[in-house]
Amino acid sequence: MNWLEKMLPKLVLAPTTVAMIVCMYGFMIWTGALSMTRSRMLPQWEFVGFDQYVRLFQNPRWEVALNNLWIFGFLFIAISLVLGLVLAILLDQKIRGEGFIRTVYLYPMAISFIVTGTAWKWIMNPGLGLEKLMRDFGFETFEFRWLVDQEMAIYTIVIAAVWQSSGFVMAMFLAGLRGVDDSLIKASQIDGASAWQAYWHVILPILRPVFFSAVMILAHIAIKSFDLVQALTAGGPGYASDLPANFMYTYAFNRAQMGVGAASAVIMLFGVLAILVPYLYSELRSQRK
Amino acid sequence: MNTKSIVLTCASLLLCTGLARAADVEVLHWWTSGGEARSVDHLKKSLGAKGVGWKDFAVAGGGGENAMTVLKSRAVSGNPPTAAQIKGPSIQEWGDLGFLANIDAVAKSNRWDSLLPTVVSDVMKHEGKYVAAPVNVHRVNWLWANPAVFKKAGATIPTTWQDFMVQARKIQDAGMIALAHGGQAWQDATVFESIALGIGGSDYYRKAFVELDMKTLDSATTREVFRVFGEVRGLIDSNAPGRDWNVATSMVIKGEAGMQLMGDWAKGEFTAAGKTPGVDYVCVAAPGTSGSFTFNIDSFAFFNQGDAGAQKAQRAMAAEILSEDFQKVFNLNKGSIPARLGMARDEFDSCAHASMDAFLASAQTGGLVPSFAHGMAVSEAVSGAIYDTATNYLNSRQSVEDGVKQLVAAIKSAQ
Amino acid sequence: MTSRAPINWGRWFIYATLLLFLLVYLTPLYVMLTTSFKDIEEIRSGNLMALPDSPTLAAWVKAWSSACTGSECEGLAPFFWNSVNIVVPAVIISTIIGALNGYVLAKWRFRGSDLLFGALLFGCFIPFQVILLPMARLLATLGLANTVSGLVLVHVIYGLAFTTLFFRNFYVSVPDELVKAAQLDGAGFFSIFRHVFLPLSLPIFTVTLIWQFTQIWNDFLFGVVYSGSGTQPITVALNNLVNTSVGGKEYNVDMAAALIAALPTLLVYVVAGKYFIRGLTAGSVKG
Repeated sequence: MNWLEKMLPKLVLAPTTVAMIVCMYGFMIWTGALSMTRSRMLPQWEFVGFDQYVRLFQNPRWEVALNNLWIFGFLFIAISLVLGLVLAILLDQKIRGEGFIRTVYLYPMAISFIVTGTAWKWIMNPGLGLEKLMRDFGFETFEFRWLVDQEMAIYTIVIAAVWQSSGFVMAMFLAGLRGVDDSLIKASQIDGASAWQAYWHVILPILRPVFFSAVMILAHIAIKSFDLVQALTAGGPGYASDLPANFMYTYAFNRAQMGVGAASAVIMLFGVLAILVPYLYSELRSQRK
Repeated sequence: MNTKSIVLTCASLLLCTGLARAADVEVLHWWTSGGEARSVDHLKKSLGAKGVGWKDFAVAGGGGENAMTVLKSRAVSGNPPTAAQIKGPSIQEWGDLGFLANIDAVAKSNRWDSLLPTVVSDVMKHEGKYVAAPVNVHRVNWLWANPAVFKKAGATIPTTWQDFMVQARKIQDAGMIALAHGGQAWQDATVFESIALGIGGSDYYRKAFVELDMKTLDSATTREVFRVFGEVRGLIDSNAPGRDWNVATSMVIKGEAGMQLMGDWAKGEFTAAGKTPGVDYVCVAAPGTSGSFTFNIDSFAFFNQGDAGAQKAQRAMAAEILSEDFQKVFNLNKGSIPARLGMARDEFDSCAHASMDAFLASAQTGGLVPSFAHGMAVSEAVSGAIYDTATNYLNSRQSVEDGVKQLVAAIKSAQ
Repeated sequence: MTSRAPINWGRWFIYATLLLFLLVYLTPLYVMLTTSFKDIEEIRSGNLMALPDSPTLAAWVKAWSSACTGSECEGLAPFFWNSVNIVVPAVIISTIIGALNGYVLAKWRFRGSDLLFGALLFGCFIPFQVILLPMARLLATLGLANTVSGLVLVHVIYGLAFTTLFFRNFYVSVPDELVKAAQLDGAGFFSIFRHVFLPLSLPIFTVTLIWQFTQIWNDFLFGVVYSGSGTQPITVALNNLVNTSVGGKEYNVDMAAALIAALPTLLVYVVAGKYFIRGLTAGSVKG
């Protein structure tokens, strides 16, 4: 009985652990192995060492995709965090109609990225959307051509993605703010701090776990961004707004270059590892107290 | 029950199970829009009349990208569909991996070898045995023009690429768009292909883009092709990126643009808008390609099925695809010409007749070439490499030299 | 929460900013709605932002019951129920398992349990495209290829990381004393869960159910690869409908279809939104 009680927690976690080992890490290893083979249309287990990685890094499109990931990832996470936090702080100020406003900020998260991409594709289309609207209003020289501009197309993806996710970040921060004990604020105000300083020095540090969760969720969305790119720009113009997930999909499934696709996936995972593992480690340790 | 009825019951049971009842066919395709869906539906109904059920498995998106992903995972998991919309060298790749079913029995009994031109039947065979059935023959190297636009601009329909540039500028000067274009990789590649064929001729085309001869690829002809392709940048409007091909066609229909370089499926748009060939629109060979025919053949490849019923259904479907009735209905709807030779021409319009004539003629002269922009000439990997190069070149300010270098490197890397 | 001193930027500034963002957030929805009520001529010639001249439900009817999604032209209706069949079991199962996992990771820690949690969190970063083929092989081995159960299993597995995260963070803030007191009363593992934790868990259940529902309902990739013909979810049908390549795009039908597909999740957020916030507030994201 005692033994069973001791084992029970581990038994409960067992199915998840098995699923995780097989379906996450097992498949990652499978992909890693695949990246060292000659695989073309379907997996073929003929080992060729780092051949596919060489091909990968000679590919100009991959370079573009990687660059885009840094730009997109960084901007998307930073802007969503800032926007979410600011909106949360504003909403925390005892606003009339808070419930309604909150719902409006939150609803984009409910929509699939495909729908978001399609709607924003329209809005940002020079001939149909915002630019035409502004010109109709009389601003003859207004231009918003980011969607069809090689340099700027990636930023349109940032816009659509921030629109979709910042509401959720706001909800997380709002929840976090609501949980902050008032006495802390009062204490700092008694000490003579202005509202600004109260926020900066007292509240924000308390929100650190919320930052953590928010960053995890946003980073997760950033890496996985595939549907949004497909729907909004299809990686275009040319391949200027391609992201690694799209590159991987195209090369693995449509270019019969599964080896190269697998190699790109491995690089993506290493990139995520390099950034997230230190972060995860430091946060989990500091939460251990 | 007396002995007689027992015997009768057993006999009839045996009879019923002995005749393997044709099962359903599960067909993977991406023809989801009105006209195409109707054609597929027609096939479904005719098979239904023969007692074969149809499980539709449509996956749209990316011109088959999503469908191919699904197909691969189904293949890997060991239960591929009965038939899938696969064409060109991909048929060989699937055949090499051992997935395709041999339908020679149907081919022989329906005399496919005599009904199909060699160029077509070669694509449908793997190691000499039929594994796929062709649905149509598309011609890709067409130029669609709106005569009213040309009249207004005082321009004439060009027959060479030099002339194309001249006439295009005239249209632009008259305030209209010269070339209606949709900025998607395959469309960019389609234009690139017509330029390559028009400037280099069919021998160059074959050497460079079918045989992938590096010397031919890295030549002065290729540089000229890229130079002309670069000039196209100035002839399309700035809203082109991301535009669908049929939206570009509607620009020509409405008279906003003068020309479009697109395959014969564009004709369906004109017909749907109620336009008459020769009057409201004109179909001519893309500049420099009048003796050549770039073909794109849609086909269904058949996958090995374990079940006898499924095999029977598969054979019924293969036979039905090459039937006169289906070939006629499908091609009338889609704007292409039948793969099957010797069919009545009267229901087809003048552009289709021109296509049919060109098809037969170019087969004789060697001007019949597979389209690399539509996956008929080379493997997916190489097509993809050409797509990437073409689309990047058209959308950027890359120089001719860099473009050629990228093409050569990409093709090498994809092999 | 009564005496938090408002930041002295002026209430007008606060309201103005909030209003501006309200407009930004609502614009795409507005565009989609107005387009879906217009007829095709008006769309081609008109202004994106204009209200429909003579609003009509024709596009909605077509999207629901007669648009072509393949050789079938029956609209989105049949696929709606396919999605329900997939989503409901997947959400329930992944939430329950997540709850139990979170319970263990929060209160029954053992050596390596934190490492496990970290590994689970990291594992959820694997891009789904990577697992498509090996998972197809795995499902085939389990005899679940192209079945609804197979697809449900896939969704459950890949939802576990987040459901566990939500529950674990929530349960961590439940005081240990409660657990100890229950143990002193002789309660075992499961009865502590049932009697102490479950009653507290409504907020976090709400959050998790809403999150999972949204993720799984809106999923396209797993749906298209692992479903069989006849069991395809609504996202696949929507994709087929919208990606028509011939015969002119019917933007109004496309928008109506997208809205129909989004309706359940939108409804869930609008109706249960405040429970969502309450659930988040109740500690799911702290620590």
